[in-house]
Amino acid sequence: MSAVVSLEDVHKSFGALKVLNGVSFDVRKGQVVAIIGRSGSGKSTALRCINRLETIDHGRIEVCGHVVSDERVDLNRLRRDIGIVFQSYNLFPHLTVEENISLGPRHAKGMPLAEARRITTEVLSRVGLLDKLHAYPEQLSGGQQQRVAIARSLAMSPQVMLFDEVTSALDPHLTGEVLRVIEQLAAGGMTMILVTHEMAFARKVADVVIYMHEGRVWETGAAALLSSPATSELQQFVGVTL
Amino acid sequence: MGGAFNVNHFNFMLTGAVWTVGLSLIAFAGGGLLGFAIALARVSRNRLLRWPATVYVQLVQGTPLLIVMFLCYFGLAMLGLNLPAIVAAGLSMTIYVGAYAGEIWRGCIQSVPRTQWEAAECLALRRWQRMRLVILPQAARIATPPTVGLMVQVVKNTSLASIVGFVELTRAGQLVNNSIVAPLLVYMLVAGIYFALCFPLSWWSRKLEVRLNFAHRRQPDLAFAPA
Repeated sequence: MSAVVSLEDVHKSFGALKVLNGVSFDVRKGQVVAIIGRSGSGKSTALRCINRLETIDHGRIEVCGHVVSDERVDLNRLRRDIGIVFQSYNLFPHLTVEENISLGPRHAKGMPLAEARRITTEVLSRVGLLDKLHAYPEQLSGGQQQRVAIARSLAMSPQVMLFDEVTSALDPHLTGEVLRVIEQLAAGGMTMILVTHEMAFARKVADVVIYMHEGRVWETGAAALLSSPATSELQQFVGVTL
Repeated sequence: MGGAFNVNHFNFMLTGAVWTVGLSLIAFAGGGLLGFAIALARVSRNRLLRWPATVYVQLVQGTPLLIVMFLCYFGLAMLGLNLPAIVAAGLSMTIYVGAYAGEIWRGCIQSVPRTQWEAAECLALRRWQRMRLVILPQAARIATPPTVGLMVQVVKNTSLASIVGFVELTRAGQLVNNSIVAPLLVYMLVAGIYFALCFPLSWWSRKLEVRLNFAHRRQPDLAFAPA
């Protein structure tokens, strides 16, 4: 099968700081890829480059047929195919859960209100929060807010979903409820790239684990990689986190 | 009028106060529209919009309102444009409020976290949709207290229009005082009327803040974004 997401020799600097130093990897349809690594290893930046929240200095990124690294790429079409969930949820505080979720379908896709509402209730029930339809984000727990953020992204029916350390702001109990939702998505065949610090979770759901170090893909392989690291860096990293 | 202070003097001052309110309303409306345009131009990605707006704000903020009034009334007259005092005063106030409101609102738009822009962008919303549906509603909430604060300044600064012969509250007070020479009484009254106009605004500002937060929690359907 061909790659849905493909990075080739991607370089990115913030000023003098080299963050990505020749990153290449492919993600195939239906795959769940976990990117792990220390803070500052470039994993979140790589993720943000994939949907062009950051532009790259050199290399090539292609997502669902969109050449993201080409500056003429149609960003609106790209963003319909790719969803992202952030560490800090980034829900819109002035809108209810329903409005947060239906905003994209209604305004970006131009869906009629009735259809947008149908989709809203569908994705909200998938994350188990149908009863929060009319709540405001501030009335929800962190875990619930993150599940709404996932639902908001799902409502756009993306081909690929990106998760940027989505449980880092949550306590272990709330982390569990968010991870269960992601697990269900994985079981449903969603193509996903997760930047995560949850090693046990990565081992459980990921088809491929990518260990990033110093802006490079240091090691990559099946989840079993975490049990038998080839490099001392990954060994040290896994040793520290487990 | 002459003699002691009487009800006619007071009525004359109240009529002046009505013109103060009228001029203030012109300033709010004209300055509000101009200020909104200035704020949007200041956060625009287009330099051709951003630069003139910046220059405008700097020029007006660096010039006394009184001089703007002189220019609009006496200056334009030299160019053959004889504006009635109310028009010259209204124009000056619009120019002044446009710059200050524009700067306040630019700050409010920019104080909405960047992550809100990003989240909206990732939902494939176009730039104007992000602005209208996500950023401006949040900026409006932040903008309420400083905007009402500016409105209080505007009401008080309409007194400068007395210099170009516009008979608003301050000018009315001067005229009454010229006639009966009772400055303490007359200007205490003038001050009292200004206070009566401004205090409700500040009070409303506090009220509005509370209610915006309240509505935000209790009346979900009112906030539904228009299609």
